[in-house]
Parts: sequence; C-alpha cells; structure tokens
Amino acid sequence: MRATRVAPDLSRRQVIFTAGSAAGGLLIGIGMAAAPGGARAATVSNKPWDDKDSAPHELDAWIAIDPDDSVLIRYQRAEMGQGSMTALPMLITEELQCDWSKVRIEYASATRNARENRVYGNMYSHGSMSVRESQKMVQQVGASARERLIAAAAARWKVPASDCMAAQSVVTHRPSGRTLRYGELAAAAAKIKLAKEPTIKTPAQFSFLPRRMPRVDVAHKTDGAAKFGIDAQVPGMVFAAIAACPVPGGKLKAVDESVLSGAPGIVAIVKLDHAVAVVATDSFWRAKRALSRLQPQWDVGAAGLVNSAQLSKDFRAALGAKMVVARNDGDVAKAMSRGARTFEAIYETPYLSHSPMEPMNATVNLQADRLDVWVGSQDAEGALHAAATASGLEPEQVHVHNAFLGGGFGRRDGNDEIVQAIAIAKVVKRPVKLIWTREEDMRHDRFRPHAVVAFKAATGSDGLPTAWSMRIVTSSIFQSVGIPFPPDKAEPPAVDGLVSNGYAVPNQRIELLLKNTHLPVWFYRAPGANQHVFAIEGFLDEIAAANRLDPYRLRRKLLAGKPDWIKVLDIAAQKGDWGKPLPRGSGRGIAICNFTDSLCAQVAEVTVKPSGEVKVDRVTVVLDTRNMVNPQTIVEQAESSVIFGLTAALYGKITIKDGAAVQGNFDTYRMVRLAEAPKIDVHLAPSGGEVWGGAGEPAVPPVIAAVANAIFAATGKRIRTLPIVDNDLRSA
Amino acid sequence: MITIQVNGTSRQIDIEPDTPLLWVLRDVIGLTGTKFGCGIAQCGACTVHINGAAMRSCSVPIGALDGAKIVTIEGLSPDNSHPVQRAWIEESVPQCGYCQSGQIMAVAAFLKTFAKPTDADIDANVTNICRCGTYPALRRAIHRAANAVKA
Repeated sequence: MRATRVAPDLSRRQVIFTAGSAAGGLLIGIGMAAAPGGARAATVSNKPWDDKDSAPHELDAWIAIDPDDSVLIRYQRAEMGQGSMTALPMLITEELQCDWSKVRIEYASATRNARENRVYGNMYSHGSMSVRESQKMVQQVGASARERLIAAAAARWKVPASDCMAAQSVVTHRPSGRTLRYGELAAAAAKIKLAKEPTIKTPAQFSFLPRRMPRVDVAHKTDGAAKFGIDAQVPGMVFAAIAACPVPGGKLKAVDESVLSGAPGIVAIVKLDHAVAVVATDSFWRAKRALSRLQPQWDVGAAGLVNSAQLSKDFRAALGAKMVVARNDGDVAKAMSRGARTFEAIYETPYLSHSPMEPMNATVNLQADRLDVWVGSQDAEGALHAAATASGLEPEQVHVHNAFLGGGFGRRDGNDEIVQAIAIAKVVKRPVKLIWTREEDMRHDRFRPHAVVAFKAATGSDGLPTAWSMRIVTSSIFQSVGIPFPPDKAEPPAVDGLVSNGYAVPNQRIELLLKNTHLPVWFYRAPGANQHVFAIEGFLDEIAAANRLDPYRLRRKLLAGKPDWIKVLDIAAQKGDWGKPLPRGSGRGIAICNFTDSLCAQVAEVTVKPSGEVKVDRVTVVLDTRNMVNPQTIVEQAESSVIFGLTAALYGKITIKDGAAVQGNFDTYRMVRLAEAPKIDVHLAPSGGEVWGGAGEPAVPPVIAAVANAIFAATGKRIRTLPIVDNDLRSA
Repeated sequence: MITIQVNGTSRQIDIEPDTPLLWVLRDVIGLTGTKFGCGIAQCGACTVHINGAAMRSCSVPIGALDGAKIVTIEGLSPDNSHPVQRAWIEESVPQCGYCQSGQIMAVAAFLKTFAKPTDADIDANVTNICRCGTYPALRRAIHRAANAVKA
C-alpha cells in the first residue's frame, strides 16, 4: 500500500494525501472513497477520436445514453498524459449521477464545435486549464442532463419532478419507490428543454469526488494499442521527411534535385519557402535517407551571425534600458536608499527545447472538398482553423482526428507540422504522413525564451527585505504566437513567477523589456515561472544567507497574513525534514510559488560530490490545487513536474551558433533518466474554496529553485545561471 | 529478401538492407506499437526483443536480422497479461504513454537476467528516457513485476 496519512486536526477539505515511494495502492482520505477495481472503470477506445461526430441516443453534443445504460461522454480537451480525459468526465459523472463503470469517453469533434456555435467552448489543453477553465461548464452539462432525465421520468409517472431523485444511472420516485433506468429515459429526455438550468454543486456537495480513479487510457498504453498521431495509417499514404532552414526564418535558395534522380521509391522533392521535403512511397526511413543526401542552400541573412554568447551580452546590456512597469508597490528608490544593507544579483536562464518523446508529425488527406488531419494536438480547434487556412477549405470541411499526444509541454499547439503536411499534400496529391526527425524537432522547436533578471534589494536592521526591484529582459511569447497585447503593459508569461511572488516586501518594482530575436519562443510547461521562480527564490536565499537568516523562516515571515501559503510552506518544511542534520556535502533547499491558482512548496535534498557532480536525493512536494477531481493524477503530475523541472535545472540548454540550435538529439540535450530520479514524496493539501487550481504545471518551478538553493547549502556556491551542469561545483 | 519472424509470424521483407528494423515494423508490417523517439539508440522508445534480447530497433539494420525472432509490444502477451504489463497497469505508470512500449520491452528482458533486482540493478540497466518523468511509478512497477514473476 502507498503510505497514507491523514492529519487528524484537518477538516474534510484540508485532507492531506500522501503518496510515498512504497508499493502503490489506494490513497484513502477522509470523505474520499476507495477507487473501484479495474473492472468497474470507465473506458476509452485505443483510437480516442470519433470518425463520425454524432452518435445515436444523444441528449446533446456532450452526452449520449444507449438503451443498455451505457453513457458516452465527450471530452473536449487533449490527453497528453495529464489525465484530464479521465478527470473532466468524472466531473460530468458527479452531476449526471451516472454509473462510472458504464461511461465511455471519446474526444469531442472540433468540426462539430465549428459547426455548432462552439458548443464545446475552448478545446485546448494548456495553462493547466483543462479542468479549471471548464469545470463549471461541464458540471452544468452533467447537471442539465440529470434534470432532463428526472423530468422525463416524472412525466412518464405523472408525478412532480421534485419527488424524484437520480443516482447510479437510475431515477427513483421516492414516495412509491418506482424506478426507471437512464437507458429507458434517454430518448424522452433528449426532447426536454428545461425551463430553468439547475444550479451546479459546490465541491462541498460532491458525493463522487474527489476520488482516486485509474486513468482510462492506461491499459491502451501498455500493449502498444494506443494510437498517437504518428501511428496514423491511411490507405494510399506516402511518407515525408522535412528539413527546415537551420536558421529559423531563413529561406530555401536552391537545392540540387539531381542527386536523387533514379532513386527508388521517391515520389517527390517538395520545395517550400523555408524548407525542403522528400516524399517516399513505402517508409519514412526512405524519405529521411534521401533527404539527407540533398544539400539545400539557404538564405539566412543577418540571423546567421547570431550566437549564444552575443545574445547573452545583448540581453545583459539591455538591463539598463527603459522598461515597461509590471508591478510597482510603494517607493522602491526611497526605500533602497534607507536600507541597512543592499544586494544585487543577475540571474540568467537559457533557451530550452520542449522535446516531447513523440517527434512532431501530422498525417493529412487533402481532397477537393474535405481535409482529414490525424495529429496529436493540444488544441484540436486551433489545429482545425490552421488547417482550414492552409488548405483554403472551410472549417466545417476539415476533420481533425486528434490522437493521444506523445507529450506536449506546450509544444503541440503551434500547428507548424500540420501546415507543412498540407503544403506537401498539395504537391503530391496523395495522403501524406510527415514526421520530423528528432533533430528537426529539437532544432525547430519554438523555444522556452532566454531570460535575464537583475535584482536589487535593501534589507532593514532585522535582515528582512524592505524593498526589491527586478528588471527583466526576455523575448515575447505573445508576439511569437500572435497574441495581440498592448506594448505599454507587461505580458504575463514574461513576468510570471516574479509579479506573482507572495512576499510582503512593502516596496517592489518589477519591470520588463522584450527583446526579440529571430528565434521563435513559445509557452513551455509553467511559462515564465519555470525560469523566474528559480531566480527570485535564489535571490531571496542570497539575502537569507548574507543576513544569517534561515531560508524557511525568512519566507515564513515574508508570507505573514497568507495562511494558505504558510500552510503549504510549513508542511513542506515538516515533511522535508527541514533543519535536520545532513552529512557533509549534502544540503537542503526550499522554494515556493503560486502558479495557475495553485500553491506549491518543495524541499530538495542534494549531495554534491568533490568532483562537482550533483545528485538530487529527495524532493518533498506540497501542492494545494484548492479543489481536486482525481488525486491519482494530481500526484502523478507533481512527480512528472519534478522530473521535468530537474532536467531543465540540471542539464537543459539550447545553444545558438551561427543562428541555429546546436543540440539536436538526446546525446547532447540530456534528459534525467531513472537512475537520476530522486525519491519524490508528494503531499496534496487542497484548501478548498471557489477557485480551482491547476495540477500539470505548478510543481515545475519550485523544484528548480529548491535544488539550486540546496546546492548552496551543500557547497556555499550560488547558482545564478542555468543549467547547473554549466557551473563549476568542484571542491577546492 | 530477408526472412524474420515477428511475434511468431514469418515475414519476407524486400527492402534495402540498411533500413532499420523500426521502420520495417512500423511502415512495412504496420505494427505501430514500437515508437520512434530519437533514431540514435539514445531514448529506447523503439525497444523490441531480438532473439530474446532487448534491442533499440532504430539502430538495427534489417539486413543483419535474417532468420531472427523478433517480439514487439504487440506480441509480448496476447491480452496485456505479461507480469510487466500487469504491474504497469496496477501502478498506473504511463502518462503520455509514448515511451512505455519501449520501457515495458526493456524491463521484460531485464527481469529475465535480474529476477529480483535491487534499485542499483534497475539504475544501471533501465536507461530508457521518459519525458513525463514516470520514473517513481516505473521503479515501483519493476519491483511489483519481479515479485509477481517470483510468486
């Protein structure tokens, strides 16, 4: 059994779920029933999309109930491992009062969303939005269906609906005890329009949730059956490999096609503005091998002179420029001049590649009046519109068959692979599967931006900061994505993790300068916070060390008046053995952040060998997502975030040379592997209330900071530049 | 013409001998459970069993495999019942799931050599990359599978 402890003094909403590293089992807490066994779980097909976008026995676009009581629930977001494909239907089930074991889940159709006035709303999975942005909407869907089923039963019995109740897919007339199954009522319920929409439940009224439930997609992912975009098989399909200009934005000048003349199985060489592709009859390998024989000439312009060292210099030089104010509390200049001590430091974080395990790919079948796209997209709706634009068809003529995503982390909503595949299909006039090599995926990522932050702080006689300023130079994700934003305001992803700090420093001034390069930048799991929390939590640690304050107690003092923050911090310190002795060469670090309305504090324990090698021994995570659907997936996401953050902290860096990304594969862009994975203890501490926090991202930022701070505790060496592996940590 | 046995079925493969086994499995035979991750034997997403040994199929040319017996994730068990698959389900290991065919094939072979592995054995021998960071669950599942095999 997984170790489970419930603090006796906590109310139902403050239950702490503890996932230990012992053999897994049920997480059981107050008010949370054990999960039913696998036989009673809801299901999804190994091909999660529906080739038709309507079903018999629909109550509406979301729900269909067959005569045998089986319930089809449509899931409108993406499944990339975060578990929302299980969680959102669980929320519908909470309201619908149906039998979870009879639920079948499939993706909602983006085409139907386009055709039916966006009946599914936003379809993207990013910003940890899948649950928190659609929780009210899907609860309403479930509640409305339930009330229509009750109304249908009441009409058949000719009794008041208020005398009827619904549970486990059955409506009961309470006075008489008569019952009707949902399957017997669905046809009549489908015709009922409620005079008034029912009020949805508050989390305190939930009976089904929160509940640890197995994810519906797991078994398809253990026998090779789960279909990812790259697995699409379309009759008559050909295979394409592509090489975009190594310098992003550069143009194809010329390519000598004659080297491939007579090569067997080559369908076409397709020249695009910024890339060249080779299409082969029978395998991706044939296309890839032929492509490697081409020697395209590129027009890269001045971007071909850019390199990382110069970029870093340029960003640092811009720290003194005029900036946009993101936050301005009190009077920093005045408070600085009165400080007992002052501090300054510059923190720097590099470009990163998302590198999901499934390289970017898309399969398209372009016909005169219909386009089918098989892809794993974080936003099927965005993919549909991009495909419509690229093909010239109407959105209603485009069918995006969204698959399981082999990782996303923010990368899988750029649609660049879809647009390329359509351009190739226009030339070869056959169904095409385009796959990017790993090198193409890594070097043509839309990167996590490079950022430099210059801190200044003043502390009073008690050692606490009285003022701090932060000046940020980074690149604009919004401009790269094409999101309009006023230039005199600070775009949130560029300042997140700094502006959102919870510390009661009375004078704060946070400013931003956006400096764009030819390199496209993009959202990356916990945008902004994934680099800025490292910076601010490191700088705060510097202040603590210089003023001989305990890093945990300093944070606690600065969070006065914020009991939710303090609770998360306290549990982390307690569970993470803060203050307990460690052997020489080892140390603990602590960090906290607020991201996507969730709070996360972590304590990391590291050992630094005399050779400078860093081993992260243990990470304690406390996560307050406010409310919870499925604690199982929240724990999984916290563990996932820690490993993802560790890769960024320890190794992650894309270097730019002659305008192009240097690292192209996992031999040079190192990933944390099993042997380096620390013991991770996750404690869920949901504080309840109206707000729903995200689960997929908030545990990424603190681990980076906690590890860097732990290294200082172990060695006395401060990490101000990532990745950690670039710092000299050898003992003298 | 190269003859290989894939999941018990004999296959005649007529393709250039330098074509990696991975692409024969995926594009020629149509078994897509084996995944492409890196193409340079770094990540292990393409791991299959060749004559009983775990190999990274992106870097094994088909020309070297005449007469070889190959088992892919689709052939590990007929019904998802191999002890490693069962342990993976019970521990809820997969997240995105893309690397897991390779992880499972690597671990199934590993447990044949290390029937009751220590954590150090696991660290030294299970080296496939998982970008979702399922390592804690993966380690639990390896121990669970080892115990199930033993029992």
